[in-house]
Amino acid sequence: MKILIKGGRVIDPASGLDQVCDLAVAAGRIVSIGAAPSDFHANKTIHAVDCVVAPGLVDLAVRLREPGHEHAHMLQSEMAAAVAGGVASLVCPPDTDPVLDEPGLVEMLRFRSEKLHQCRVFPLGALTRGLRGEVLTEMVSLTQAGCIGFGQADVPLPTLHMLSRALQYASTFGYTVWLHPQDRDLGSGVVASGPLATRMGLSGVPVVAETIAIFSIVELMRAAGARVHLCRISSAAGLELVRKAKAEGLPLTCDVSIHSLHLIDTDIGYFDSRSHLRPPLRQQRDRDAIRRALADGTIDALVSDHSPVDEDQKTLPFAESEAGASAVELLLGMALKWAEDGGVELRRALQVLTSAPADIMTGGLDAVRCGAGRLTVGGLADVCVYDPNAEWMINADTLRSQGKHTPFSGYAMRSKVRCTIVGGYLAFEA
Amino acid sequence: MSTGSTADDLAAHAAERVRDLPALLQALVRGVGALRRPTSQLVGIATGGAWLAERLQAELALPGEHGVLSSAMHRDDFAQRGLSAREPTRLGFDVNGAHIIVIDDVLYTGRTIRAVVNELYDYGRPASVTLAVLIDRNGRELPIQADFAAARVELPANNMVALRRDAAGVLSVVIEKQPS
Amino acid sequence: MLYRRNPQLNKNGELVHLLSIEGLPASILRQVLDTAESFVSVNDREVKKVPLLRGRSVFNLFFENSTRTRTTFEIAAKRLSADVINLDIARSSASKGESLLDTIANLSAMAADIFVVRHGESGAPYLIAKHVAPHVHVINAGDGRHSHPTQGLLDMFTIRHYKKDFSNLTVAIVGDVLHSRVARSDIHGLTTLGAAEVRVVGPKTLVPADLAQMGVRVCHNLKEGIRDCDVIITLRLQNERMSGALLPSAQEYFMSYGLTREMLQLAKPDAIVMHPGPINRGVEIASDVVDGTQSVILPQVTFGIAVRMAVMSLVAGNEAN
Repeated sequence: MKILIKGGRVIDPASGLDQVCDLAVAAGRIVSIGAAPSDFHANKTIHAVDCVVAPGLVDLAVRLREPGHEHAHMLQSEMAAAVAGGVASLVCPPDTDPVLDEPGLVEMLRFRSEKLHQCRVFPLGALTRGLRGEVLTEMVSLTQAGCIGFGQADVPLPTLHMLSRALQYASTFGYTVWLHPQDRDLGSGVVASGPLATRMGLSGVPVVAETIAIFSIVELMRAAGARVHLCRISSAAGLELVRKAKAEGLPLTCDVSIHSLHLIDTDIGYFDSRSHLRPPLRQQRDRDAIRRALADGTIDALVSDHSPVDEDQKTLPFAESEAGASAVELLLGMALKWAEDGGVELRRALQVLTSAPADIMTGGLDAVRCGAGRLTVGGLADVCVYDPNAEWMINADTLRSQGKHTPFSGYAMRSKVRCTIVGGYLAFEA
Repeated sequence: MSTGSTADDLAAHAAERVRDLPALLQALVRGVGALRRPTSQLVGIATGGAWLAERLQAELALPGEHGVLSSAMHRDDFAQRGLSAREPTRLGFDVNGAHIIVIDDVLYTGRTIRAVVNELYDYGRPASVTLAVLIDRNGRELPIQADFAAARVELPANNMVALRRDAAGVLSVVIEKQPS
Repeated sequence: MLYRRNPQLNKNGELVHLLSIEGLPASILRQVLDTAESFVSVNDREVKKVPLLRGRSVFNLFFENSTRTRTTFEIAAKRLSADVINLDIARSSASKGESLLDTIANLSAMAADIFVVRHGESGAPYLIAKHVAPHVHVINAGDGRHSHPTQGLLDMFTIRHYKKDFSNLTVAIVGDVLHSRVARSDIHGLTTLGAAEVRVVGPKTLVPADLAQMGVRVCHNLKEGIRDCDVIITLRLQNERMSGALLPSAQEYFMSYGLTREMLQLAKPDAIVMHPGPINRGVEIASDVVDGTQSVILPQVTFGIAVRMAVMSLVAGNEAN
């Protein structure tokens, strides 16, 4: 299909391009940025005046709950939610049911997702069998099946001994290990430790659960020469350790969720389980540090941490409820809100959603992956067109995900995706 | 069937009846004095009746202290109005076999009296209960009458009469039109 | 952050659920205490019953066992002429896998007016209050480590009875504050009613420093903590804490934090000693103090019935709107 996007503000964070012009797509590639060739006859024209034309978003954390979820059409609904949110490529964690520790399961997931023609799905493989932290997985076979990295999702880190082995093995082949920095023993609470946890009588996760984990990871990755991506930083103290490791030149990247970027512990209100998240929401000081760190590059990417939860699992007393929120449709808006509130340039706001996460995913060779998150002539046609001024309310009716729970329910969101193109195919149109 | 002028006439007439409070109080003292037996106990309904009982106890030079009855526990409008916060019941004598004179400021629907009699029965079985009020007005909704009333008035619809006590302890009677 | 109205109050600021003392204005606390005052006298009548809740049903939903608390709620409800149904959830549908909210929905279909709920998880009564029909009132009889508001209120009632004025009182709460919902409720009650100073006393493992943010002074030394106190509230030390990671043993605890006759001398001579019960004699408090002249532990129990009658009759008379 030949698509012409007319008159939008085309922004490519990676190159710094920011101009109002046309963009033409054909055969899955970007044909031109600027005036289209005179012989270009579009099958479809998208009028993008007053809209922004950005690379299709890259979300490094989207749980599709497939395989394993008992709801029918879950894969379909969650991918539809993703493209409605402007996401063209997503990374899904390995904590499915069964866990993504077998090449066959990975192939099946990629096959099923490709059939749906929505966005690209890049699976993370399990670091250990069943995520149990005892036996390494067949990382080479899993990579051949399509895994772009390995991790433990938020199952507590295995023993340090095991972690060391895993980092060494992964680094042998240049694979990136994705780790949630939370100590197994100290990290078993449901809210952040502190005055709020004490007042509400809920078990807390102290900051040291994160800092001790980050410190251990940094020590071990240095020794192993491994590349690590830290998932969901939550504390100011944790960010300090990340800064130090990066200053040293270690191949360490990290991300933060839209929840930790905007919310704090008191947003739990009266035990609202929609704010039951992992890692838990921390304090004002931590949020401020996260906002600054995302702006200055200490944090590389912003993710949605999309984790749809059933109604039944949320309408339980706080500590018994399942952690997680539906978020992929809110990623763009929350990034723009952060930029607006904090006086951050639009280019940076879009960079943390596009080229920066794409670079983290890559670490390697695949041409398809290299093209994601960028708008270049001749490159992959993954495009997100959005209206920065349209408003909508976040609630159960407007969310496409099957999980209707988010701590942002009732918030007004500014910016609406008009269309999402993945590989030249119009995957979503509002 | 009251036209504006007849209602106003009625209200004016009632106001005239209750204008001389000291005279009403004296009438009440005489009336209660007449109802009294040697062992009678005076009990005032909180709050207006309790003020009057206090006065009566003094004027009649009765030994001991007057009792106070609260209708809160036995009101029939709890579901609509909730629990009212008022002085609780305080009796100071054994209800069983007692001759009790209940004092209230205004006898209107009769529901308060029904409630306080039930309250008394929570404490025992009295020998007799008589009722003396300052003002007996129209509007009864239960078969209840006063044994003595210092004044009888008729008020038009939406008019209320009440006993007030100011910070200095001075009593007054007010007639007010309620918003409908 | 979105504005959230305190779920315990209706639009007119009247109490419709009692979930926690935190967030309630002093006027509401005083209203409960004043109402409880009138109910104390009900217990002295020949007929210890008033018809305020006649025809209403009170369902005791105890997900956590407690005969004591359940019994006092039952007595209180019956004195108000309510019908009382006791549901021992642990042995019934919840253990068969029925969800909490399904249990509530089923019970609501049986025309309950008031649910008295005790649950092992902090916050459970809030979830229940969010999902009951508008005319149903929820009273928290203890949720996890978070709140035990009726105990807090009866403790306030007791203190007011003996000491009258909160504004010049120093109160010490001694024991396992970290795990105590009673302590949290007492702290909120005391700070809301304007106590001059509230101290929490215990070892660091049981009395964390961030309690100070609740408006209390944290002490790890008993002598310092109870010096010149007007009120001492001793908390029960639960068996599971006594030999493990938090404390080495009951004996060691008693040596450092047990309230003995000797320690009591450091408080004011007319100080009162309170305990929410059940008491572990010789662990948190010496026997002779329990039975001594300064102990008001037994009156607390009597006041508990009046306070619960007050709470039930107040919420039942207010509409949810």
